[in-house]
Amino acid sequence: MPGKPKLYYFDGRGKMESIRWLLAAAGVEFEEEFLETREQYEKLLQGGSLLFQQVPMVEIDGMRMVQTRAILSYIAAKYNLYGKDLKERALIDMYVGGTDDLMGFIMIFPFLSPEDKEKQRASIIQKATSRYFPAYEKVLKDHGQDFLVGNNFSWADVHLLEAILMVEEKKSDVLSDFPQLQKFKARMSNIHTIKKFLEPGSQRKPVPDDKYVETVRRVLRMYYDVKPN
Amino acid sequence: DGLLLFQQVPLVEIDGMKMVQTRAILSYIAGKYNLYGKDLKERALIDMYVEGISDLMQMILMFPFSPLDVKEKNLDSIKEMATNRYFPVFEKVLKQHGQDFLVGNKFSWADVQLIEAILAVEEKIPAVLSGFPQLQAFKTKMSNMPTIKKFLQPGSPRKPPPDDHYVETVLKVFKK
Repeated sequence: MPGKPKLYYFDGRGKMESIRWLLAAAGVEFEEEFLETREQYEKLLQGGSLLFQQVPMVEIDGMRMVQTRAILSYIAAKYNLYGKDLKERALIDMYVGGTDDLMGFIMIFPFLSPEDKEKQRASIIQKATSRYFPAYEKVLKDHGQDFLVGNNFSWADVHLLEAILMVEEKKSDVLSDFPQLQKFKARMSNIHTIKKFLEPGSQRKPVPDDKYVETVRRVLRMYYDVKPN
Repeated sequence: DGLLLFQQVPLVEIDGMKMVQTRAILSYIAGKYNLYGKDLKERALIDMYVEGISDLMQMILMFPFSPLDVKEKNLDSIKEMATNRYFPVFEKVLKQHGQDFLVGNKFSWADVQLIEAILAVEEKIPAVLSGFPQLQAFKTKMSNMPTIKKFLQPGSPRKPPPDDHYVETVLKVFKK
């Protein structure tokens, strides 16, 4: 019986956070190795563990998986969070694609200059409230079910909750015009595994700070001059 | 009209759905037409390969929209990434198992994505495969598969390299 999945990334959210969320929501315990130095990263590179020389990397079921989307898809399928058939998968993939795009705008945020941060914050709120949240609000309103797809808890629900909480960190009342999403947030937050993940002391990472940005730049020798998207 | 879930294209009407999000559409097609491996682990490999290739393709996709003063730099990046990061991986995969296809000894989405990427990079850097004999053989084999061969012929729905008119159209439609 293989051991727990092991996550290789910085001690911070970035691209690994969605993976932490999904594993936690599925009730799967995992270990983490945090990249703090350039030397650690080079050691991983030289060891051939990083298929495209990048992290995230997750050791799971005898594989060294890279590429966030591939890892998430594998976990979702393995733990039955990917719908019951091809069409439900398609819906989940579509919804996850949207929340992924939204969280992508937030992911670069800590790397921006102070003035660009202001612009980006406005852009995030605008996109969330005029493009993404209305889509999910409508999905929930139209079918009146608790979960986004197939009346069953799935990866899409976990990803949407993660996105909602992240946007709320930028503007706390951002859900004020979205009653369905407010109820969705409350329901999801009460799911046992998610509730646990939301408690202090879990492996959920805090809002990225300057130390996180420094670490990423130091280890990867990249992302010194990031522009808003 | 509410057809575009996130106000974006691509949009594909397929099997009664109005699908958006490129990755979602591709996954659906791959799943439907048995180009997604035989089990979860083969899917995982295909997903990893496709995502990697997609990162490279993204650089090519953005290239026509980059300002003139950084086009040269971007071209260098594409060459660097193709020859140092992506192509070596697939060269090695093919060399190690010695099979015709990337995953599970069977034609899959990953193979299609790779041949597309190879041809796209070659359009920018004609000799890019010179250090990759496995990929050269792969390119030949894939190009000779009947459906792909047909797609590579003039008159197919395959689109040419983006030109200024294409860039203008995109910018005009999205008013960026």
